Amino acid sequence: MDENPLALLPEILLAVAAVIGLLLGSYLPKHRQWLVRLLAAAACAAGLVVTVVAWSGEDMAVFGETYMVDVATNATRVVVLVAVLLVLGLAGDPVRGTMRESEFVVLLLLAALGSVLLAGSNDLMLLASGYLLASIPLYALAGFAKDAPGTEAALKFYLMGALLGVTMLAGLVVLFGVGGATQYTALSDGLASASRVAVAVGAIAVLAGLLFKAGAAPAHFWVPDVTEGAKPVVAAFITTVPKIGAVVAIYRFVAVPLAAARVDWALMIAIIAAVTMTLGNLAAFFQDNVRRLLAYSTISQVGYLLVGVAAAGRSDLALPSVLLYLGGYAVTNLGAFAVVCALPHAATLADYRGLVRRHRWLAVSLVVLLLGLVGTPPTAVFAGKLTVFTAAFDAGLGWLVVLAAVNTVASVFYYLRWIGPAVRGEEASAAPEVSRWAVRTAYATAAVSVLLGVLAGSLLGVLGG
Amino acid sequence: MDVLSIVVFLPVAVAAALLASPRIGDRVARWTWIVASAVDLLLVVVLWIGYQPGESGFAYEVDRRWIPSVDSGYHVGVDGLSLPLVALTAVLFLACAVYSARETRRVRSYAALFLFLETVCLGLFVSLDLILFFVFFDLSIVGMYFVIAGWGHRDAARAALKFFLYTFLGSLALLLGFIGLYLAASPHTFDIVELVRQDPLAGKGAMAALVLAALGVGLAIKTPTIPFHTWLPPAHTEAPAAGSAILAGVLLKMGTYGFVRIAMPALPDAWRRYAMVFVVVGVVSVVYGALVALAQRDFKRMIAYTSVNHMGYVILAVGAAGLITSSETQARDLAVTGAVTQMVSHGLITGALFLLAGALYDRGGSYEMAAYSGLAAQAPRFAGLTGLAAFASLGLPGFSGFIAEFQIFTGSLGGAPVSTAVAFLGILITAALFLRAVQQLLMGQFRSPNGPFPDLTAPEAASITPLIVLAVVVGLFPRFLLDVIEPASRVVTSVLGG
Repeated sequence: MDENPLALLPEILLAVAAVIGLLLGSYLPKHRQWLVRLLAAAACAAGLVVTVVAWSGEDMAVFGETYMVDVATNATRVVVLVAVLLVLGLAGDPVRGTMRESEFVVLLLLAALGSVLLAGSNDLMLLASGYLLASIPLYALAGFAKDAPGTEAALKFYLMGALLGVTMLAGLVVLFGVGGATQYTALSDGLASASRVAVAVGAIAVLAGLLFKAGAAPAHFWVPDVTEGAKPVVAAFITTVPKIGAVVAIYRFVAVPLAAARVDWALMIAIIAAVTMTLGNLAAFFQDNVRRLLAYSTISQVGYLLVGVAAAGRSDLALPSVLLYLGGYAVTNLGAFAVVCALPHAATLADYRGLVRRHRWLAVSLVVLLLGLVGTPPTAVFAGKLTVFTAAFDAGLGWLVVLAAVNTVASVFYYLRWIGPAVRGEEASAAPEVSRWAVRTAYATAAVSVLLGVLAGSLLGVLGG
Repeated sequence: MDVLSIVVFLPVAVAAALLASPRIGDRVARWTWIVASAVDLLLVVVLWIGYQPGESGFAYEVDRRWIPSVDSGYHVGVDGLSLPLVALTAVLFLACAVYSARETRRVRSYAALFLFLETVCLGLFVSLDLILFFVFFDLSIVGMYFVIAGWGHRDAARAALKFFLYTFLGSLALLLGFIGLYLAASPHTFDIVELVRQDPLAGKGAMAALVLAALGVGLAIKTPTIPFHTWLPPAHTEAPAAGSAILAGVLLKMGTYGFVRIAMPALPDAWRRYAMVFVVVGVVSVVYGALVALAQRDFKRMIAYTSVNHMGYVILAVGAAGLITSSETQARDLAVTGAVTQMVSHGLITGALFLLAGALYDRGGSYEMAAYSGLAAQAPRFAGLTGLAAFASLGLPGFSGFIAEFQIFTGSLGGAPVSTAVAFLGILITAALFLRAVQQLLMGQFRSPNGPFPDLTAPEAASITPLIVLAVVVGLFPRFLLDVIEPASRVVTSVLGG
């Protein structure tokens, strides 16, 4: 059973769809390129079905125990595939019929595959290749529009990714050197007796790459530039999908190889979480550009997610709570970006003035989604936050929970700076043009974010809580 | 579906229907709102008539699984503490629906928002699960934010933001306290009834103190007590009249209700140990609230500060209940019963006062008391109701406020004699400030900023009069209310032990 390719069927579907999509895109005329999108959506849907069917199976470590197929991987598959479907929906209007529609879709699929691989990796070597697969397509996507801001964003993104990628490889080498293995279980035994300093240095270097993917401090500097410079639909993808894989990868990394090592990784993750959420929130305070505001908001959200990661191994609720939060975050964040995509000409907070007059339901969706990001009940992020806080409290990280709560209150301020003008009944500023696909996606995500919150009980059950 | 859930979710269902039908006119929206609130009130009356608490102490109890992995469920029910507040909520929301017949700005959204808030408030009072309680607690903030920001006066955006941030901070403190209770319980649970039975933090000194502090701060901000009251005056000044009435009449009760429903019974030891803190906070709120109210020139701000004063009595009573030894159960029961009665009484009277303040603003365009004079001659109905509401609020016998405050003082005197004596001052100052306001507004030569001052319209009178009538009914025939409250307060005080 060790090398059963069926265990990797969702990943294989993504890869095959990417390859066929690329070939198909080369031969199809411009007005038929939507077939590639259809293919990608079909691959994602098939992947979802396969994952759900295989969900209740036992945890497996496949292919020389380098890849785990367990609840965390399955949950990542579901969230990533749903996120890709939502992004494909968002991309309906801006990408349809453009020169490089199929390339866009193929890059999405490859980056999504990379994110899933990050989450499932049970071996540092595989983790590094997952990192590359999750990064390189995104560099191209960031500069996809071929305009000045996009090019600048892509360059920044690439330089930082290259630097931290190399750092990660160096860390891998150090850990391999002192631990004698790259496979997590074997590495865990090796690191238990290794020198503390070497383990700490190696672990921090590996984490550097993962934190870059997650957009957490201190590797978060690319997030606002890319979010503002890239197309909104690309920004939606980049701030959501790689984070999912990266956070699960961090969880796996601290929970397996570092578990027995003599370093206080929980404190390390807790400090990173504290810095990330505080920096993200402070920087978001006075942003007037909605995309920059959302960018900093995604940084602070990673901080809350890492609060749950810091509780790994010391609370039964840690993994289910992180997975629940990831799902809620992905839907809600994509929804907020869907609203941005729906109004392509509204760049600043002031442009949203009087939105409720023109597009009542879009304004309602925006309110639901932003309050969802705050963690207002009964949305999915609330359920995630509640369980993450409980897990961290249980793990003895009371101070971190208090800090996260204070940060949550602070975050209300900048979300309200957006909600306020949108719902006040003043005259609308300019008549904004609306993208229909994005509007529908915004409605759907708002509804789902509430629904997931109400159904949190059954979700937690499925996630092993 | 059980009857209690229908009562809770009927308004929000109507709200969704209102939002989903863009073609209906303002008139239909208004009537839909009024009818929905009236039907809900009718259902609450039916609940009250059929109220028969079971062995658990709760009636109409429902317990469904919701998030089993953290043992949080959809657990609702009413007892003597919550039923009066549920009834108060239904009455006040109907009054606001009738009062808002004059509202012309985006009526459909306004009606939907108030119906949503009604569900949230009813839901909070019937919750017997901490997470469910928190969900409604937070949503009440969201709903009220939009009322203030969307339909408030000039500076509404700022006041609404302050309100949201401040009370949201409180709600997160509350959440931390809830998580603390959950983790201390074994097996872990968010169920209030189960937590009270377990008394999970008995004998855990520091942890119990921390959890009580988190709960105390969270609830005190909502109540609000000194020193967490600074969000209240701007929120009231800027909110529309109906919003103020709901904010003061119902939303503030969520804080005090949390004390008697959660903080006191779930942490009895810690409550008794730190009861003096609550007594002091209560007394300071009473005196300071009254003094600051005395200094106000703005009618609405003045009423807002008297809310701080009136809520102070409630905190004093629940604090004193922790100081009284269990040998004097009668005094203790009296204090808790008085506290609940005061919540109902304050809701009715202050609701009426805020609606009257709204009527004043609609006519004169100002809340400044000095700008008005001699309104009694021009507007006898307005003057009569304002006078009655003012006397009711200062605790004159014959009104509900007297019954409540009498019980609070009698109950608290044994446990906290000095504090109670100081709190008497509050009554004196409130009397002075209300008499002064009545004199300024109603007596003397007629003067109003916008010229003529027409009397209350039919909808205004129809919304305010029942509130005053109810305050009188409770004042003259309190037994129907006290018979419901007393058994429940005995349960709470018996849990308190000591």
